[in-house]
Amino acid sequence: MNEKKNHILSVLVENSAGVLSQVSRMFSRKGYNIASLAVGETEDPAVSRMTILVYEDEAQIEQIASQLAKLLPVISVRILNRDNSIRRELLLVKVKADTRETRDEIIQMASIFRVKIVDVAHESLTLEVTGDFGKSEALLKLLEGFGILELVRTGTVALERGKDTIYDV
Amino acid sequence: MELTGAKILMECLVEQKAETVFGYPGGTILNVYDALYDYQDRIHHYLTSHEQGASHAADGYFRSTGRTGVCFATSGPGATNLTTGIATAYYDSSAVVFISCNVTEPMLGKDAFQEVDLTGIAMPITKACYLVDDVTKLADVVREAFYLASHGRPGPVLIDILKNVTAETAEYTPLPLQEHPNHGHLAQVIARSSTGFKSIDTKPECLEKAAEMVAGAKRPVILAGGGVIRSGASAEVKSLAERLDAVVTASIMGLGGFPGNDPRFAGFAGMHGSHAANQAIYQCDLLFVIGCRFSDRVALSPSHFAPNARIIHLDIDRAEINKNVHVDRPLIGDAKDVLQKLLPQITQQSHPDWRAQIAAEVREPVKQASTLEPFEIMQTIESVTGGQALIVTDVGQHQMWASQYFRYRYPCQLLTSGGFGTMGFGYGAAMGAKVGNPDKTVIHVTGDGCFRMNCNEMATAQHYGIPVITVLFDNGTLGMVRQWQRAMYDCRFSATTLDRGPDFVKLAEAYGIHGVRVATAAEFETALRQAIASGEAAVIDCAIDIDETVRPMIAGGHALNDYLLD
Repeated sequence: MNEKKNHILSVLVENSAGVLSQVSRMFSRKGYNIASLAVGETEDPAVSRMTILVYEDEAQIEQIASQLAKLLPVISVRILNRDNSIRRELLLVKVKADTRETRDEIIQMASIFRVKIVDVAHESLTLEVTGDFGKSEALLKLLEGFGILELVRTGTVALERGKDTIYDV
Repeated sequence: MELTGAKILMECLVEQKAETVFGYPGGTILNVYDALYDYQDRIHHYLTSHEQGASHAADGYFRSTGRTGVCFATSGPGATNLTTGIATAYYDSSAVVFISCNVTEPMLGKDAFQEVDLTGIAMPITKACYLVDDVTKLADVVREAFYLASHGRPGPVLIDILKNVTAETAEYTPLPLQEHPNHGHLAQVIARSSTGFKSIDTKPECLEKAAEMVAGAKRPVILAGGGVIRSGASAEVKSLAERLDAVVTASIMGLGGFPGNDPRFAGFAGMHGSHAANQAIYQCDLLFVIGCRFSDRVALSPSHFAPNARIIHLDIDRAEINKNVHVDRPLIGDAKDVLQKLLPQITQQSHPDWRAQIAAEVREPVKQASTLEPFEIMQTIESVTGGQALIVTDVGQHQMWASQYFRYRYPCQLLTSGGFGTMGFGYGAAMGAKVGNPDKTVIHVTGDGCFRMNCNEMATAQHYGIPVITVLFDNGTLGMVRQWQRAMYDCRFSATTLDRGPDFVKLAEAYGIHGVRVATAAEFETALRQAIASGEAAVIDCAIDIDETVRPMIAGGHALNDYLLD
């Protein structure tokens, strides 16, 4: 219960001004750092879905979920765990590659990890990485050796496995 | 009919039967005040000396009547002056609709004169807040705001309206109050499971398990919080106490939820709670907590709170479960509803020895000095008013004495800023309470530190003839802070001695209010009787010793049997 780990909160909210700030404040006032946050419209343009990755213990996550549920623009809150959900994140990473050898080595690595090379230049390669948190961390560790010039990530998005949805809360 | 936004607002207040508004005008809210001019016969507006006074008055009006308070303010400084009042209402779950106006739409975000992002400021201290930029949505926003403020766990709601919206026109269609929940966005909100407005259907197995848990209790205690009062569950709590043959305690917010003169009642629990109440919680084997959020002033040490008990926690707000103290059996729902369902499942118990054991811990105050003592003041108020006066306090030592030495008989009898601890809450709240309860004697119990903060509202009480009787515990210091300095800071009385003016009697008289200074219990009684008989506002300045102390005292973080001062 008191062991900290990564948790995902999936939050359905009204798509209106100020909602993001209201939700993110709920974390800041408790002193929790949001590891990642992804927001986008759902099948209903009046509704957005936020996927929030937080490193905390279970009791605190449940408290946060109950507090979030009280916010007026929040429609539904669901805690997704590793076993019951599919998690994906997209990364773009620009790696230093100023020799043919390094380029070849990176391209080989990309093919093993099944990631795409989306930009090639004389001094760099840019990779598009899709996967769960573990996969991107593993690849990044390998790429570090070449020199990561810059990196951007969308933040994790997640959906529950099986037929249950956030609407069933 | 086609109406301006300002008139739509007025019509919506009439829909709500909100006949009383406290407020303060200004540039951006001019259209609203202009419309108010036409509605004077239906909406009574009280102009206070300061927006903070208006905010507390609207709060006191709700707390004492159960009818949603309404408060108006203009943009910028008017709006920020509300914030202490909004937070005070939020921390004590008080239903107040705050209506402010902001600059016109083209000026929004341009740092215009008296512009402030009030919805941004108020977000963490409101149950909901709205920025209205479309006149066609105004009526529904106002309806939703009133509904949200008063349903579920009550709380303040803010509506910030752009000035141009108050001048623009839209079609207004009256909607009867009972239709509001079926209408527009509000209907969607109510339908959501997350918001908890739907009366939560406590599962039968939860009730059964709670009934099983209480059945085995040998030393049961009930801890009643403010939720008992807001839910109107006093009768059910009394039945529960009798059925369990339990000792009853309360948080300060719960005082009056159970009769203070009932032999089961052991006083309030917590930092300055009675020895009997704290012992009851420390020794009990079953603690039934109703509408109480285990604040740090009650559960000073969450891990040592009721260490020998299994805890049942009944609360309307799911987020309060396991927030501060981990409980064995949560029951989520309205206290009155849930208790009505639970009571038939509880069999009659008998614990005379347990009750006698706690009754033996009751300590009565003893007069120790020749000077006027705090307990004498509260006991005199109780005897002179037959225990029926409505007491409104500020914050500090006098607040604790008012909680300790007056036996509250009925719900909503004590209004106090329990959660936020707002010095300066009292006068405004007392005015709101008196306006809402013209037949009750309203006593504003304060200290010289608190009274300094918002005594400007004496002008309001005098002008409108609101007979608030101020009983001023005048010890010439910020007593509670001094008490901490004495106990924990080696008597280094840094910035707490109030060895300065004003002369409160002369000050009262300057406002056209009768003032009198008293130094003995007999003088106080005479002054109080005269003040009540006069039917006018009064200030009774009670000289008490600078080192009067609130006892007992448990330091923050300590168990309920671990006294700093006993």
